[in-house]
Amino acid sequence: MNDARTAGAATPLEIRIDSKAFVSAEGKPVEVIRDLRLQLDAFSFGALIGPSGCGKTTILHIAAGLDADFTGERRIPGRGRLGMVFQEPRLLPWRTVADNLRLVLSPDESLDRLDGLIETLGLGAHLSHYPGELSLGLARRVAIARAFAVRPDFLLLDEPFVSLDVAVAARLREELTTLTQRERVTTLLVTHDLNDAIQLADKLFFLSTRPASVAVEMALPPPRGARSKATIDEIAREVGARVPAYMPDVTRA
Amino acid sequence: MAKVVSLAVLLGLWALIAWLAQSPLLPSPMSVGEMIVADTRSGELPFQMACTLARVAAAFAIAFTLGVAGGYAMGRSKLIDRYADPWLVVLLNLPALVIIIFAYIWIGLNETAAIVAVALNKLPNVIVVTREGARSLDPALDDMAQAFRFTWQSKLRNVVLPQLAPYLAAVSRSGLSIIWKIVLVVELLGRPNGVGFVLGSSFSLFDMTRILSYAISFVALMLVIETFLVQPLERRTNRWRRNAA
Ligand SMILES: Nc1ncnc2c1ncn2[C@@H]1O[C@H](COP(=O)(O)OP(=O)(O)OP(=O)(O)O)[C@@H](O)[C@H]1O
Ligand SMILES: [Mg+2]
Repeated sequence: MNDARTAGAATPLEIRIDSKAFVSAEGKPVEVIRDLRLQLDAFSFGALIGPSGCGKTTILHIAAGLDADFTGERRIPGRGRLGMVFQEPRLLPWRTVADNLRLVLSPDESLDRLDGLIETLGLGAHLSHYPGELSLGLARRVAIARAFAVRPDFLLLDEPFVSLDVAVAARLREELTTLTQRERVTTLLVTHDLNDAIQLADKLFFLSTRPASVAVEMALPPPRGARSKATIDEIAREVGARVPAYMPDVTRA
Repeated sequence: MAKVVSLAVLLGLWALIAWLAQSPLLPSPMSVGEMIVADTRSGELPFQMACTLARVAAAFAIAFTLGVAGGYAMGRSKLIDRYADPWLVVLLNLPALVIIIFAYIWIGLNETAAIVAVALNKLPNVIVVTREGARSLDPALDDMAQAFRFTWQSKLRNVVLPQLAPYLAAVSRSGLSIIWKIVLVVELLGRPNGVGFVLGSSFSLFDMTRILSYAISFVALMLVIETFLVQPLERRTNRWRRNAA
């Protein structure tokens, strides 16, 4: 595989996975992704939508450079300063919330820079707690704060809104839109929720099942993050018409 | 409280049996206590204990450093594990006495040989436990550290060591108790000082009062180290667990 990181800010995200296989328990290789191509303009927002187990997390790990065991190519945007929200919070259980956040800052920065973020995510009262003392929803919010804290120019989000209450999720969506637009972050979001995807993204990638590839790709009209209910419904109808029936949970939405 | 009562009963029993037996082979607690005080005053007891303690510390440091490095490497790399494992098995199964004799014969009757022999006895155990810890490191946290560009120092401090801590604590605890017992044997066999040496020479004179005085003093010292050094350290590394859900 190739791992090219191009200098200059406005590089698009390009991922080509010719083949990605895992070794099964019996020792046989199982191909989970084949001929998959993702292209995302610099500073834009892509959403990956697909059935459970199709390979979304695997794609994010490849995009993050955490999994080099595939054939294909990967080009990442900007300086490649990565912010990532894993599917589980993945906090360090033996460090407090404050320390978990501090650890991703550069040594000369203080936590004060994150005051706004901490406020938005409602973490202020929990900074001195250990992750084991947090509810799952809270732990997820810490993970989101951590990803934003690094001032990423490349953001990967694996179902970040799961198990958050409605109000928090809504505030987070707004924050996500503001942040990614203001700081010009190229973002790839994995979600099960078609409404989330339509509301937040510039481009939707619908994945097929095994071996996964992009079945339908849809560019959405700007501006993202501020679409009206009517526009969202209209796009949802179009999705229903274009995306085949292998994703009933998506077309129903 | 229960501990105090139980120890008092033991002491009482000892006094009673010693009084009934009236034999030089079982001196009374009083005479043992008197010797401890006298030898502490003369500086003899502290000197011998310091000799032994220094050997314990040196052997412990060597076994711990090499063992943690080796165990970590074997836990992380299948290749290293495959090649080093047979050595480990041999070392694990060599009786302590054999290692001590080899060390004295090959290296000579000196301090180096004594410390090497003790360290070699403890080493395989440190390796085995650390390897277990290294194998159980969570790959998900590795990925997290890589995604967020942790420096290797930060990763070691914040990701790896906290996961190894329970294993290292277990190794320190069992390590200390194994090591000081072996140090006594090593001293008995080939050193001109230390608690083991005193026990050996008193044994040849059947001087039970001295044997008991030195043995009890040293056990007490080890208990103090365990209680005031090892246990607090263990509690500190487990602080985050206390309130965990
Ligand atoms: N380390 C692994 N070893 C073997 N198989 C794996 C491994 N990781 C993932 N897989 C398999 O690859 C497929 C894709 O997994 P992945 O986690 O990427 O799916 P996903 O789309 O993120 O699923 P979900 O929606 O449930 O999060 C699954 O069938 C899974 O069983
Ligand atoms: Mg997943």
